[in-house]
Amino acid sequence: MDFATFLIQVLNGVQYGLLLFLIASGLTLIFGIMGVINLAHGSFYMVGAYLAFWLTGALGNFWLALPAGIALAALLGIALEWLLIRHLYRRDHLYQVLLTYGLILVFEELRSLAFGDDVHGLALPAPFGFSIPLTDTLSYPVYRLAISGICLALALGMYLLISRTRLGMMIRAGSVNRDMVQALGINIGLLYRLVFALGVALAAFAGMLAAPAASVFPGMGNQVLIISFVVIVIGGLGSIRGALVAALLIGLADVFGQVVFPQISGMTVYLVMAAVLLWRPRGLFGVA
Amino acid sequence: MPAQATLRALLAAMVIALALFPLVGEKFYLQYATKIMIMAIFAMSLDLLVGYTGLVSLGHAMFYGLAGYALVLMGEAGQASLWWTLPAAMTAAALAALAVGALVLRTSGVYFIMVTLAFAQMTYFFVRDSLYFGGSDGKYLNAKPAMGLFGWHPIELENYLHRYYLTLVLTVAVYLLLRRVLGSPFGRVLVGIRDNEPRMRSLGFATFRYKLAGFVLAGALAGLAGYLTALQDGLMNPEQLGWHRSGEALVMVILGGMGTLAGPALGAAALMVLELLFSTWTKYWQLLLGAFVIAVVLFLPGGLGSLFGRRQGGGDGHG
Repeated sequence: MDFATFLIQVLNGVQYGLLLFLIASGLTLIFGIMGVINLAHGSFYMVGAYLAFWLTGALGNFWLALPAGIALAALLGIALEWLLIRHLYRRDHLYQVLLTYGLILVFEELRSLAFGDDVHGLALPAPFGFSIPLTDTLSYPVYRLAISGICLALALGMYLLISRTRLGMMIRAGSVNRDMVQALGINIGLLYRLVFALGVALAAFAGMLAAPAASVFPGMGNQVLIISFVVIVIGGLGSIRGALVAALLIGLADVFGQVVFPQISGMTVYLVMAAVLLWRPRGLFGVA
Repeated sequence: MPAQATLRALLAAMVIALALFPLVGEKFYLQYATKIMIMAIFAMSLDLLVGYTGLVSLGHAMFYGLAGYALVLMGEAGQASLWWTLPAAMTAAALAALAVGALVLRTSGVYFIMVTLAFAQMTYFFVRDSLYFGGSDGKYLNAKPAMGLFGWHPIELENYLHRYYLTLVLTVAVYLLLRRVLGSPFGRVLVGIRDNEPRMRSLGFATFRYKLAGFVLAGALAGLAGYLTALQDGLMNPEQLGWHRSGEALVMVILGGMGTLAGPALGAAALMVLELLFSTWTKYWQLLLGAFVIAVVLFLPGGLGSLFGRRQGGGDGHG
């Protein structure tokens, strides 16, 4: 492998990892703070991609579609929490699994009703629609670098939100002891609704970012669902920092697995996960 | 208990109805009913882990698929008797469960869900990417195994009716076996582990061994279901090992009611009958099925099984 190829693989791995982090951080927030196992998280990613496709067409500009899409996704999150999720906090995790499984079916079919079952593409948005030449034959699309940059900025923003703001303090407290937080006069119902909306918005945002780089297709949510669960488990449930490390690890393992062991590339990610969990049964940053 | 008696009468009536169904049912519906019974076996085997031992596995299809492949590969190698291939396939599934269980039972809770998933996905990709297993297209079972008794062949597995009755007998047998197991001291220990593992340990039970034994039994019975699937469909493909299959079984268990054996069987039947019904109404049947699942969670907290006067939530060891 020459240096240019290696560099491209590293960049691909990092970009894939950071995108995974965006999806997984929402998932780990929802699990860590609300204790909800959300199987529909992949569907929110898909919703984001289709929102980007639809809004870019309607508004004529990808960068206008982004904030509009985020707002719609957050509203969707608030509505779902109010209608369905809030009835499940006191019940066994498995009922959340069942309900969110039902949501996957519903979202997949609504997608089919609204957009059909074709694969759609989205043009690379200006000013990132070009590639940087690395050698005579190899080049790297700038939009992928932009994705990495945006994801990194968001990771930093999340870190500041959780560790430096009053809302973050409430979120952290809510994850430790729901009843005590409520006794201190904080509206925990509202807090959970916000966290759920944030999680949905993060997944949808990841879908919107990914739409121009990949394509928009049926079943795209299921593809990322399992892999983002892998990420949050390796990182340690509820740990945002763990999700970041694990997402990068998985992104790089997946990309290099395809180059180095093409015959068993599908297995690489799960091998990493099994190894980590047998070594540290609660993940890299999990609380014992 | 009257509820217990009602349930028994209901189950007996259901078995009689299933036994008489071929008198009126068309071939398509009989084949579909065979598939439902196979999934009922699969779901009951998973319930031994999820509902009775408190071990939520998202990798149960691994054992189901491996046993199915075992039948197809043995058929290819010229091994054509059910008396050999069925025990061999179930043993293969049990051995796989022993090896995987010894590793995954070190974790618990949500981590257990994910490690079982990890091993199942590794198996899935291994099977999918290996030519020996026929790759992503899978492999056909060219001839159904024979079921002769000393040269006498009363049962022909090429005949769909014979397969229907074989599956019915095995479904009832698995139900009775699991009831027996759960009523035994061994089963009581599993339920004890579900309710409070540290207490069971301090009472002197080597809980790891009990959990492993339960995992192996569940794996072997999942293997039975996988074997019957390969027999029924005449084909095995990697999707049978994928997480969708495992997830489907888990949904059947929760939908029907965890910790009751009849519940998961009912869940399997409900899910598959509704799928068939809705798909005759509309192309968008998943929407209706999803709405149904959500409605059950919100309005029937103990699962479908609770409609028949069963205790809600966890069972008491008698299904």
